[in-house]
Amino acid sequence: MPAQTMLKVQDLRFRYDPEQPQYAVDGVSLCVQKGEFVAVLGANGCGKSTLAKHFNAILLPESGTVLVEGMDTRTDERLYDIRQKVGMVFQNPDNQIVATVVEEDVAFALENLGVPTPDIRTRIDEAMRLAGIWDKRESAPHKLSGGQKQRVAIAGVIAMRPDCLVLDEATAMLDPSGRAAVLDTIRTLRAAGITIVAITHYMEEAAQADRILVMSEGRIVLEGTPREIFSRPERLHRYHLDVPQAAELRDELAKVGIRLPAGTITPEECAQALYELLK
Amino acid sequence: MPDIIQIEHLRYVYNAGMPDETVALDDVSFTVGEGDFVGVIGATGSGKSTLIAHLNGLNRPTSGRVLIDGRDMWQKGEDLRAFRFLVGLVMQYPEYQLFEETCAADIAYGPRNMGLSEAEVAARVREAAAFAGLDEALLQRSPFELSGGQKRRVAIAGVMAMRPRVLVLDEPAAGLDPEGRDTILSQIRDYHQKTGTTVLLVSHSMEDIAKYADRVLVLSSARVAMYDTVEAVFDRAPELLRLGLSVPQITQVFLRLREMGLDITADVYTVPYAVKTVQKALAAKQQRKGGAADAP
Repeated sequence: MPAQTMLKVQDLRFRYDPEQPQYAVDGVSLCVQKGEFVAVLGANGCGKSTLAKHFNAILLPESGTVLVEGMDTRTDERLYDIRQKVGMVFQNPDNQIVATVVEEDVAFALENLGVPTPDIRTRIDEAMRLAGIWDKRESAPHKLSGGQKQRVAIAGVIAMRPDCLVLDEATAMLDPSGRAAVLDTIRTLRAAGITIVAITHYMEEAAQADRILVMSEGRIVLEGTPREIFSRPERLHRYHLDVPQAAELRDELAKVGIRLPAGTITPEECAQALYELLK
Repeated sequence: MPDIIQIEHLRYVYNAGMPDETVALDDVSFTVGEGDFVGVIGATGSGKSTLIAHLNGLNRPTSGRVLIDGRDMWQKGEDLRAFRFLVGLVMQYPEYQLFEETCAADIAYGPRNMGLSEAEVAARVREAAAFAGLDEALLQRSPFELSGGQKRRVAIAGVMAMRPRVLVLDEPAAGLDPEGRDTILSQIRDYHQKTGTTVLLVSHSMEDIAKYADRVLVLSSARVAMYDTVEAVFDRAPELLRLGLSVPQITQVFLRLREMGLDITADVYTVPYAVKTVQKALAAKQQRKGGAADAP
C-alpha cells in the first residue's frame, strides 16, 4: 500500500563535485515503511551520511528521486512539509543546541514556525517526556552529559511531530550509559509509531533494528534482517564491517565444532543458547 | 627507576572563585610504570580529558603534583617544553589539527621543533608513518586530500615522530568503521610492543579496552574509582554500571549465564578466552554425565 510508505528512493545518484567522476551515492533504490526501524551500516566514506541527507532535502538528487510520503524532495513548495515529516539528529550534540535552557531549545523550531504558544507548551512537554529529558527541562544544556544533550536534540525534532527520525551516528560520541539512554529513547519513539532510520558504526545497535542496509562505495550491497546480515561475517568483513561480539563468539565456537543457532546475535540470545548447551 | 607517571593528590578546579566553580579532579593519585598500556574509562564529565591535559602541562594542578619520570614540570627551573616532547598527546578528532602542505611536513613539525637535524627528522617521519600504517606514497600529498581515517593516522604519526616516552590518545578510534577501529588500535599496540612506549588510551568502548589494555583506570565524578588489571576491573560489573559504564558484551553473556544458575566463570573479556571457557565447561559437563553413567 503506497500510503504506508514513508521513504521511497529510486535510482538516486549524487556527486558533491559534478566535475569528479566519483559518485557519493551511486544508484540507490530503497523503501522504508511507516513504523519501521532501519539501520544503515557501511565503512567510512561509503555514502551513508550523504544518502541520509537526502531524506529531508538537505541534499537533492543529481538524478533519480526521493519521495517522502509521496512528496518529491525537489519540489520547493513542499520543503517545509518534508522537513516537518523527517527530522534529523547528527553526531555532535554540541553543534545542535542553540538555547540556554533545555525547554527553550526544544521549543526553538516551533517558535520559528509560528505555532501558537499554548500548543508549543503541550508539544514540547510531550516531546521532552518521550525523549526522557523531562526532569532536565529547566537545566542549562551545557551542563548536561552527552547522552542528555542528544536527547534534547531528539526532543527538539520530536516536537515538530515528525513521522520519521533519521539519526546520523547520533551515539558515536557518547559514553556507554549515554548510548543506552539514546537507544531506550529510540525504542520509546518506535512504540509511539515513529519511523526510525539509524546510521551507525555500532553493530550491537544495528542488531536491534527490523532491517539492515549495508552500503559500500555509494551502493546498497546487502539488505536483510539483523539475523540474516550477521549470519555471514565473511561477507561483512569484505565491506570493512564486523559482527556483534555475541555473533563473533558463535562463529569462533563453530570453528571448534560447537554449534549455536545461526540467529544468535545479542548477548541475551547467546546466553540462552549457551545455557541450553551447558546446563 | 621511578614510575614514568606519578600523580599525587591532584586537584583541579575550573573557574575558581566564580559562581560556576567546578572541581574537575579531586584528590587523584596513581602511578603508571614505564611500558604499561593503561586504558582510561569514565562517563562523560568524569574528568578524563582534564586529567590527560595535565600529563604534558596543558593544565596546571590547582594543588597536588604531576611527576613525569620523577620530575615535576611546574618546579622552578624545569623546562615545560621538554615535558611536551616526553609525553605526546593525541587529542580527540586530531585530524582537525593538520595544517601543513604535505603529510610529511605535518609529521615533521614536532621533531623539527625539537631541534633535530633534517636527516634525523626525515628518518623519524618515515618511522612514524610506518608505525601509523601510512603508505610512503601518501607522504607527499596534501593531508586535506585524504580520507578521515588516513588524516587521523597522519596526526597520530606526528606525535609518534617525537618519540615520546608516554603516548596518550583520547578516543583515537572515535567515528571510525569497525575495520578502521581495529587497524588503528592494533597499530598502536604494535608500536607499544616494539618501542616499549607507555600508552594511555581513553575510550568509551569496553570491548576495545579489554582487548588492548593491561590495566584500567576508572574515573568517576572527578575521582579515581578503580585502578587495576583488566580482569579485576571488569569483575566489578554492577559498580561499573552504576558509574555509567559497562562491561564488554562478551562479559555480559557470561554474567547472564551465572544469573541463570550455571556454574561458570564470568571473568571473560575477550572472544578467544570465551571460546576456551565454553570448551572447558562443555568438557566438564560431559565428564559429569559420563561419571553419572558409570556410577552403579
